[in-house]
Amino acid sequence: MSESAIRSILEQHGRLSTPVSELDAASDLYNAGLTSLATVGLMLALEDEFDIEFPDAMLGRQTFSSIEAIQEAVEELQG
Amino acid sequence: MHHLSEALREQAHRIGREVLAVHADDVDQHSRFPKESMDALREASLLSAYVPEAFGGMGLNLPQIAEICEILGHYCGSTAMIFAMHQIQVACIAHHHRQQPFFTGYLRRLVEEQRLIASATTEIGVGGDLRSSICAVEQDGDGFRITKKAPVISYGEDADDLILTARRDPDAPKSDQVHVLLLEGQYQLEQIATWDALGFRGTRSDGYVVTGEAPAEQILPVPFADILSQTMHPYAHITWSSLWSGIAADAVDKARRFVKKEAKRNLDMPPISAIRLGEVDSVLQTMRSNIQQAMQEYQGLLDRDDFNAFTQFGFGIRINNLKIASSELIVDVVGKAMLICGIQGYLNHSEYSLARHIRDAYGAALMVNNDRIMLHNSTLLLMHKDR
Repeated sequence: MSESAIRSILEQHGRLSTPVSELDAASDLYNAGLTSLATVGLMLALEDEFDIEFPDAMLGRQTFSSIEAIQEAVEELQG
Repeated sequence: MHHLSEALREQAHRIGREVLAVHADDVDQHSRFPKESMDALREASLLSAYVPEAFGGMGLNLPQIAEICEILGHYCGSTAMIFAMHQIQVACIAHHHRQQPFFTGYLRRLVEEQRLIASATTEIGVGGDLRSSICAVEQDGDGFRITKKAPVISYGEDADDLILTARRDPDAPKSDQVHVLLLEGQYQLEQIATWDALGFRGTRSDGYVVTGEAPAEQILPVPFADILSQTMHPYAHITWSSLWSGIAADAVDKARRFVKKEAKRNLDMPPISAIRLGEVDSVLQTMRSNIQQAMQEYQGLLDRDDFNAFTQFGFGIRINNLKIASSELIVDVVGKAMLICGIQGYLNHSEYSLARHIRDAYGAALMVNNDRIMLHNSTLLLMHKDR
């Protein structure tokens, strides 16, 4: 699972005000304009792309706080 | 749950009976700030009721503040709403000061001077979205300047201080917000809209352009997104729901007295509306139970101090559901009570008048519009499974 796949989903569904190309893997996505509503679009796309399902416990701010946090979450769910 | 002490409960009722109830109609009729009522609450040091004892406050917890909101709601909806809105701002500071000397000092000052805090969250141009700001904090030497066009600032003119949201700096995205406290003398209000509304007329929620400047230490040291999810959002919906339940309870009490009077008049045949008393009381109980449940969950998260738990979709959804349900149930309860009281309830001036109650009741769904909340929940529910 590549960081670039996550970046491209983020580009399409994140509705960020900072271009994804300007973000590091550790940059705070909420500071870049991510909203809780936009995280839903992001999750739907991630579930689709990686064939995973986010459990309720992961539906919080932390899971989507950065590109690397998303990567960790996806990898954890892929097992 | 933690209840108010008997003495404090009796004091709140006494202020309600002797001050709020006395001025409620005049406040409503003239759409004026309930000065006498707020002075009485100041006199009782209730403006600092939520300030922790360590800073000299009463150290009440949220369930106790919510109980005061409900009690005040029985007597004057506008005063109860102002009290609740003020406590929300106090809670934002009390929960998020991070021991910064300016804010801990402010809490002490709040206790001594019983300062009233107004809030400017919404802004012209963001369409009611609290999580977006157009205005920004502009750094200026050791301080900052700010200009915000606020469509409503409740009791803005009558507050001592003002807390508002803004973007962190002029280059920040609209959702990267900070929460800023401006003190009396540091800001000016230019009125751009007048509050002449159906209900909650005493909140005097006029619109203003705010311009101000202050030292940088007056920016709360936590992003507004966190303050909103951990404090403002749950605290507001719980205290609002509580005061709405107070308005609803007063309507039920009027209906009860009406049925009792009619029953005494003819012991053999109680009034036809008597059966509705049981019905409306059960709706009121549902309203109160919803609040208790949300309060218990929120207080539990506060006690655990679990940062991430506040941002869980499920918690946000349930708090939103509390607001939606309470704002619908208050209309239901007051409407049913009016059916019981009949024309006596419909009249503007009668012992059983519910005119102010019903006008206040309809405002509940609009302050943070229910449709916006419902849309938000509907989106989050695509992911949240609740199992």
